Amino acid sequence: MKDPVDVLIIGAGASGAAVAWSLAETKMHILCLEQGGWMNPAEYPSTGRDWEAKFYGEWSSSPNVRGRPEDYPINDDNSPIKVVNYNAVGGSTVMYTAHWPRLHPSDFKVKTLDGVADDWPIDYDALTPFFEENDRMMGTSGLSGDPLSPLTHPPMPQQPMGLSGAIIGKAMNERGWHWWPSDTTVATMDYEGRARCINLGHCTPACAQGAKSSTDITYWPHAVRAGVELRTHCRVREITTDENGMASGVVYYDKDGVEQFQPAHVVIIACNGVGTPRLLLNSASGRFPNGLANSSGLVGKNLMFHPYAQIYGFVKEPTDSNRAPPTCLWSKEWYDTDLSRGFVRGYGVQFVRGAGPVFEAVVSEQKGILPWGEDHHRVFRKLNGHRLGFSAICEDLPEEHNQVTLDPVLKDSHGIPAPKIDYTISENSRKMMEHALARGREFLETAGATDICVNSPIPWGGWHLLGTARMGTDPSRSVVNEWGRSHDVKNLFIVDGSIFVTSGGVNPTSTIQALALYIADQMKQRLANLFD
Amino acid sequence: MSEQITLTPRQRQDLRTIAAMIVPPSEEYRVPGADDDIIQADIIATLGRDARLVAAALDHLARLAGMPLSDLEPAARENVAQQFRIAGGAPAATLVRVVLQCYYRDDRVLRSLGLELRAPFPKGYVLPDGDWSLLDPVKARAGTLRRAT
Repeated sequence: MKDPVDVLIIGAGASGAAVAWSLAETKMHILCLEQGGWMNPAEYPSTGRDWEAKFYGEWSSSPNVRGRPEDYPINDDNSPIKVVNYNAVGGSTVMYTAHWPRLHPSDFKVKTLDGVADDWPIDYDALTPFFEENDRMMGTSGLSGDPLSPLTHPPMPQQPMGLSGAIIGKAMNERGWHWWPSDTTVATMDYEGRARCINLGHCTPACAQGAKSSTDITYWPHAVRAGVELRTHCRVREITTDENGMASGVVYYDKDGVEQFQPAHVVIIACNGVGTPRLLLNSASGRFPNGLANSSGLVGKNLMFHPYAQIYGFVKEPTDSNRAPPTCLWSKEWYDTDLSRGFVRGYGVQFVRGAGPVFEAVVSEQKGILPWGEDHHRVFRKLNGHRLGFSAICEDLPEEHNQVTLDPVLKDSHGIPAPKIDYTISENSRKMMEHALARGREFLETAGATDICVNSPIPWGGWHLLGTARMGTDPSRSVVNEWGRSHDVKNLFIVDGSIFVTSGGVNPTSTIQALALYIADQMKQRLANLFD
Repeated sequence: MSEQITLTPRQRQDLRTIAAMIVPPSEEYRVPGADDDIIQADIIATLGRDARLVAAALDHLARLAGMPLSDLEPAARENVAQQFRIAGGAPAATLVRVVLQCYYRDDRVLRSLGLELRAPFPKGYVLPDGDWSLLDPVKARAGTLRRAT
């Protein structure tokens, strides 16, 4: 049998990397098991002429389409929003837009302010130092001083405005609406061993330049140098428990597919809002028949995605097309509750600079605005390089019927039951999406756009996997406590997006990592009585 | 993950015909059609994981046409193409996407669009920094972040 480790972390993505790095200073024996491997930037799409075609296959954001050995299938047939993720060292930070807003202070007090959902058991101020630490570690760029966003101090200047940014800014000014350069994790200057952005285009499917921050090139090199062991191509099947109901280790399949048992004194789950409930439910036992850490019955419940309402059009002026990071500006104009709009809560907006020629041709043909035949060439030249987009990230409120369960049939390549998603968009979200589309249309018309098209929701837009093991002080209404420890299993922690109580209206990765650092800090402060 | 599916000569013939209907050649823009030999060879060589759906789409097309697509009268061919486009589902969408993704990476086509014939990395692109005084109205309007207390 293997020697026990002090801390076993499952998942090497956004939160797993942050917690590993933070705990490394304790000099405990820390092991991270990751089902994927280290990425090779030389193989990233932007290194080849066929870079766009790869998005439809091996570099699809959907694990079901991608089907790499490192991926697990997800039954999301019963959801209008499909799950997207990436499985590797770095997790979904390998494949994300690098848009870097954080939750607002008001997002932690939703019940108090708006009478819906629940307040978080912690507030924004508790996370402030960890947001700052995380921004320094991930290396952020942006412009401090946004009047409608929490104050940030990005260590690098904002991205260039580009052609698209100027068009967006002018149109938003004409409307009198808020806009601001986005905080992003795109390095705009050389930073901590990362080369500055050279505008390879779409950042989402990994950055060959290394300018986009992903935890395989930020946290992990530091964590490994500090002594953390990272074991790749190891897929955890279940967490085991001992006679006292404490986590005793994990059963996993190693890179050769051989079943292994790794004992551990502390287990930390960092598998995202779908992978984490899947693992807990797959860890059911005689003592925990409904899944591990699930006495509340809330493991897998309250899944929140952020329905994206996207509207785009085509302006006369050239836009940045694929020659820039896709996101550069945001708006918080409609972030806060205004009941006159007919819904509670709100949405952030991320503007889209443009698209590459293959994407433009394929999508415009599907939308019916790019014809077949003789007129194809004329219309394509009108569309290509002229796209401008407005994407609203709508706050999804927690609803128990939106959930992750285990599929009774579907299994991954190791025979482990796969997750099944049941999700519907709420009436509140629908009203919010309609509001966003109306504002987006006004914005586009002000910019002079024509051929306006809508994706609402963006079908393959399930990037943000939140809420399925929520934190709280009441064990009957939450899965983990206010510092990430399971109410039921006192040496089991969760640090990923599944512990979100509400979702806010922004991309969550910055907040996920700040939470992971906060929980690691709490663990370090409580080492002497961690299990009390 | 490429699948071992090879298109039959008939399927290849129909693929060429439908590709030309999607993107015909243009003298005005000095570009080939998607039935061009080089583009067709690229499609065939890189079908990979799309081969199964593309073959299914071509089988569907063959059923609609009842004969080689190119043998139909133009009006009938157009009618078949319309039915295929409307009711072809995922296989038809995949076929069209495969045609377009190969067409819009062809050197002659990219040159006609004024695009450089290269991968984005390592040269990248240059973006204008822009006029950040555009933010002045936003700063002047300010606004207040909603507090939690």
